[in-house]
Amino acid sequence: MNDRGRRVLRLDSLGRVEGEAALHLRVRDRSVTETHLRIYEPPRFFEAFLIGRGHTEPPDITSRICGICPVAYQMSACQAIEKACGVTVDGPVSELRRLLYCGEWIESHALHIHLLHAPDFLGRADVVGLARDQRAAVERGLRIKQAGNAILEQLGGRPVHPVNVRVGGFYRVPAPAELRPLAERLRQAREDALETVRWVAAFDFPDAVCDHDLLALCDPGRYAVDSGTPAVMAARKQGRALREFPVSDFEEHVQEGQVPHSTARTATVDGRRFLTGPLARYAISGRWLHPVAAEAARNAGLGDPARGAVCDNPFRSIVVRAVEVVQAVEDALRIIDGYEPPPRPAVQVLPREAAGAGATEAPRGLLYHRYALAADGTLTEARIIPPTAQNQTAIEEDVRRAVQARLDRAGPDADEEELTLLCERAVRNHDPCISCAAHFLDLTMDRT
Amino acid sequence: VSGRVVVIGVGNPLRGDDGIGPAVVEALRGRVPDDTVLAVSDGEPARLLDLWRGADTVVVVDALLTSPARPGALHTLTPAEAAGRARGTPSTHGFGLGDCLALAEALGRLPQRLVVHAVEVADVELGTRLSEAVRSALPELTDRAAASVRQAYARDRGP
Repeated sequence: MNDRGRRVLRLDSLGRVEGEAALHLRVRDRSVTETHLRIYEPPRFFEAFLIGRGHTEPPDITSRICGICPVAYQMSACQAIEKACGVTVDGPVSELRRLLYCGEWIESHALHIHLLHAPDFLGRADVVGLARDQRAAVERGLRIKQAGNAILEQLGGRPVHPVNVRVGGFYRVPAPAELRPLAERLRQAREDALETVRWVAAFDFPDAVCDHDLLALCDPGRYAVDSGTPAVMAARKQGRALREFPVSDFEEHVQEGQVPHSTARTATVDGRRFLTGPLARYAISGRWLHPVAAEAARNAGLGDPARGAVCDNPFRSIVVRAVEVVQAVEDALRIIDGYEPPPRPAVQVLPREAAGAGATEAPRGLLYHRYALAADGTLTEARIIPPTAQNQTAIEEDVRRAVQARLDRAGPDADEEELTLLCERAVRNHDPCISCAAHFLDLTMDRT
Repeated sequence: VSGRVVVIGVGNPLRGDDGIGPAVVEALRGRVPDDTVLAVSDGEPARLLDLWRGADTVVVVDALLTSPARPGALHTLTPAEAAGRARGTPSTHGFGLGDCLALAEALGRLPQRLVVHAVEVADVELGTRLSEAVRSALPELTDRAAASVRQAYARDRGP
């Protein structure tokens, strides 16, 4: 705080990076006039890094963008390259991909729910405080995460940055006997995951409504993870109408723009603010949840997903994530039970001069890749639009609403510590990729 | 019977100097007993807890961002000192070693012996190159880690 009436709140989260403002708020006369969240930039670096490389390289290179969701990057990259080359991967290889992806969902969601998000609802500063008096819950979260990790280790070849994934499939596929120990762990994880749904469902949730359009893949008959067509559900005030567009048209619909005279960016679908991630998936794919996951959702107060229930309180995203963990565990068990090894671990993918786009559901939302190839497979264009970049405008709006509501109640002297926590919570609801491996969330607040 | 010794290089080789931990682990290959576990980690706590499960001695090598920075300056920290670094993050992507150590302490999962060797870094922008100052510190940092491993084995053999 300084003495010119311009107050600066700084939250230096890990002491690792100084002076990086990740969230900037401007407040004038009891109104929030500007919210600016600075987020995920690595894809720009990787896009440039990819040009001139071979068409088989994107899965490996882009998996290094993110230590939390390497599989998502691999899967979207594979799909885009395979589309460009006119190849379809289906059958057991496709099922194994989905199994690998389930492992990542389990890991990523378990981490966010138990270690990051839950402390917000239980009045703890962080998971360390939580571990002191709810040790069993934290241990349960770690166990669930380990089950996901075991899938990555088995199928991906190692727990971080899986090396067994290639364009067209895998380098090596497991024998059914190798997957059996996974099934045992997953059955334990199912009990843990259901307990976690009950645990988070009992939290107190602040009243909040997000009125964004919702964007997720839609694959009628199943909860879309690694397949489906981009679908937009209009916001409640627009009547929740559902429309789809082909992934090849993604960049015509989803656009990132620059705010004039600012470094701020916006993201829109067909000109409107939107959200991707668990709330969007639940709204669009909820009717295809596994019966056990659907029942958990109903019991957790999320409405009846079979009848198209929509959860529009962003704070309840923790419940949706918990339900998605159950879904991913059930899905993984189903795949393992029905698994018969494919005759070949991968389909041959020969290059040709073409472009292709692919999209899958990363844990935090739709992840889009597009590549253009020369005849020999050399990459001439690369475009990556991660979910957090798409969610930026929606997250900023959630923060603005939360702070504005607080200012309306408490007036201009609202406690800064409380406002900081509120901002963090509004951001944390969406588990954003702030920036991989450079650890910061600095909040600055200008008040005049 | 010697206890398990685990060396973990924490960091991201694609973030400039943040790659120093993994670089030290590379440099240790061939310089430590064969049954020493050499691992790299992005700092995600659940995986770190898994890595040192059952270990008697854990040697962690990490990058340290300080302000003002003296790039290349070396530090050897106890778990308590390393855990004292601030925490709290909105994202699964923001966890670091400090959080992990504090969590491990709360869960009673700190290994019997854990030491952190760290170097103050200059640049963690995207890129695969270590800065000059940090590259110059690599040999001594590697020596310190190797010495910690030697001590662990010497202790296990006993007097």
